[in-house]
Amino acid sequence: MGTILEVSGLSMDFGGLRAIEQFDLNITEGEIAALIGPNGAGKTTFFNCITGIYSPAAGDIFITPPGEKRKRINGLKPNIITRSGMARTFQNIRLFPNMTVLENIMVGRHCRTHSGILGAVLRGLSTVREEKETIGESYAILKKFGLSGSANELARNLPYGEQRRLEIARAIATKPFLLLLDEPAAGLNVRETLELDKLIARLRDEERISILLIEHDMRLVMSISDRITVMDYGKKIAEGTPDEIKNDPVVIKAYLGEEFVA
Amino acid sequence: MIKLAEMKKSFLVSLWFMFLTFPVMVIRVNPIEKAVEWRWVNMLFIGAGSFVLSFLWRYLLRRKEAGRGSGKIRNVPIFWRAVSEPKLRVPALAAVSVFAAAFPFIFSAYQVNIMTTVLLYIMLGLGLNIVVGLAGLLDLGYVAFYAVGAYSYALLNHHLGLGFWTVLPFGALMGAVFGILLGFPVLRLRGDYLAIVTLGFGEIIRLVLENWNEFSFGPSGIANIPRPSFFGMQLSLQGASAYMYFIMTGLVLLTVFVVNRLQDSRIGRAWIALREDEIACQAMGIDKTKTKLAAFALGATWAGMAGVIFAAKTTFINPASFTFLESAMILSIVVLGGMGSITGVICGAFILILLPEYLRAFSDFRMLLFGAIMVLMMVFRPQGLISDMRRTYEFEDTAEKGL
Repeated sequence: MGTILEVSGLSMDFGGLRAIEQFDLNITEGEIAALIGPNGAGKTTFFNCITGIYSPAAGDIFITPPGEKRKRINGLKPNIITRSGMARTFQNIRLFPNMTVLENIMVGRHCRTHSGILGAVLRGLSTVREEKETIGESYAILKKFGLSGSANELARNLPYGEQRRLEIARAIATKPFLLLLDEPAAGLNVRETLELDKLIARLRDEERISILLIEHDMRLVMSISDRITVMDYGKKIAEGTPDEIKNDPVVIKAYLGEEFVA
Repeated sequence: MIKLAEMKKSFLVSLWFMFLTFPVMVIRVNPIEKAVEWRWVNMLFIGAGSFVLSFLWRYLLRRKEAGRGSGKIRNVPIFWRAVSEPKLRVPALAAVSVFAAAFPFIFSAYQVNIMTTVLLYIMLGLGLNIVVGLAGLLDLGYVAFYAVGAYSYALLNHHLGLGFWTVLPFGALMGAVFGILLGFPVLRLRGDYLAIVTLGFGEIIRLVLENWNEFSFGPSGIANIPRPSFFGMQLSLQGASAYMYFIMTGLVLLTVFVVNRLQDSRIGRAWIALREDEIACQAMGIDKTKTKLAAFALGATWAGMAGVIFAAKTTFINPASFTFLESAMILSIVVLGGMGSITGVICGAFILILLPEYLRAFSDFRMLLFGAIMVLMMVFRPQGLISDMRRTYEFEDTAEKGL
């Protein structure tokens, strides 16, 4: 079980504001890691940096896809990073609302398929085969996520909880080895959050995908994470198992203020 | 009680209209008798008319609001349901193709020419539809590629004597090249900014053509561009327009075929994803740069080809044919027809080209009517005549899965 993501000394500025400062984080293969912290701590900015949406001001990001060589991904474009096996979801759902549920997944298959313009017009054998495979695989993913019943619905017509699930399914379609979930439980009710627990565990156990999630729902974080990293004002303030984090005075102070520290 | 408030609103509207039209409709200066005529009756008509119209207007708006809430079935246009009915489809297509084939033999050369123009705009509309409708990149300078195609043919013919069929693919290629050239600087732009830059690009091409006399013969344009030859034979004027019509029909069919296949492919889905959400699209591993350039290039290809045909059809071109108004017209076809829908663009082209043509009888009012129809369309059907329907897929086990 090697390290698949290594981030060291990562910093990010917005004008004069330092959003992330000297941040380190490692993910080992097969683990579920969580990144928590008060609002505005820089968690989503961190995601945006490692997925190529922002180009970090300083630091190194290395990934080691299973069975491949370690490579530096600083400043690469988001599509290249997704192609090399790191997929993500967004805090405020970003589906393709006017495409069907199935098509959303099919778009996810884009970076694992190849047919070009000429193939699309002429519809040669290989294109037809690839298209069939894309449809088949996409449908299989939908089934796994319990969304196959609404395959032909427009994504915007799905209930909120299912939209969240579809976004995860779409990220899975890119065949990642590491999945980054940005507040997957936001806006979900208690029952849906419990289902999400199981889903995330299943992704790790059955699909062998490692997971890094940002989350505010502490019950969820504490129950499924192997390791938790706490961030505040762009810095790492604590790291450890759920039990260690629960009792860490620095963390309690960051969340609740000085007077709650026993 | 709502009724009373409505009355009041309509009454205010009619008062406002009476005030607005007062100088034009009521006062008339009679220069012979040096007197002012007060035509109060007109005011009464305006008042009553605008009162009724404003009532109707609000009634229609209310109906539209009510329609939005109700079920899905209403969202499927009747037309679409008729087309997707497999029983009706074959006979309908057969009837249309027989009519299209017989058209030049039934109607006068004037009608055939108008129809050729409609077909030309269908091709332009479908091309722009790739850029605006599918990829969601608002391009206001589309006419530039049309000009590139037209001048390619005119100049190559003038200097090198190349024929229509030789230049047609070349014009398409030139369109694509210019599409990519325009694409590069605007890759980072979106929405309004993109629209402004493309608008500027369109104007630059036109101004270059207008002022670079040595190259393009300036505003006087290029005349005597030969029509396409029919296996070396020279056709009569009537024959030539019929021939042009058939060429155009063939090319439109080709366009529909290609665009339809593109729409429903890996690259087509990438375009739509790009339109829907650029960041999510990139996060799915789609190369934004490549996808955008492909859309610009493929859109411009059709414009380049249409330009060659336009030059051959009119036998004379000058920069005045490639103004912004033309871009706006093509864009209106796409928007009015329904963005992203092939059937929609075809309908849009028919309406927007035929309407001004057949409204010539009302010469003074035709542009006014045209404008009114556009406004009404945008208020009551902003998604266009025919909205884009996503493809659905059948799976063997959907039945058991459904709740």
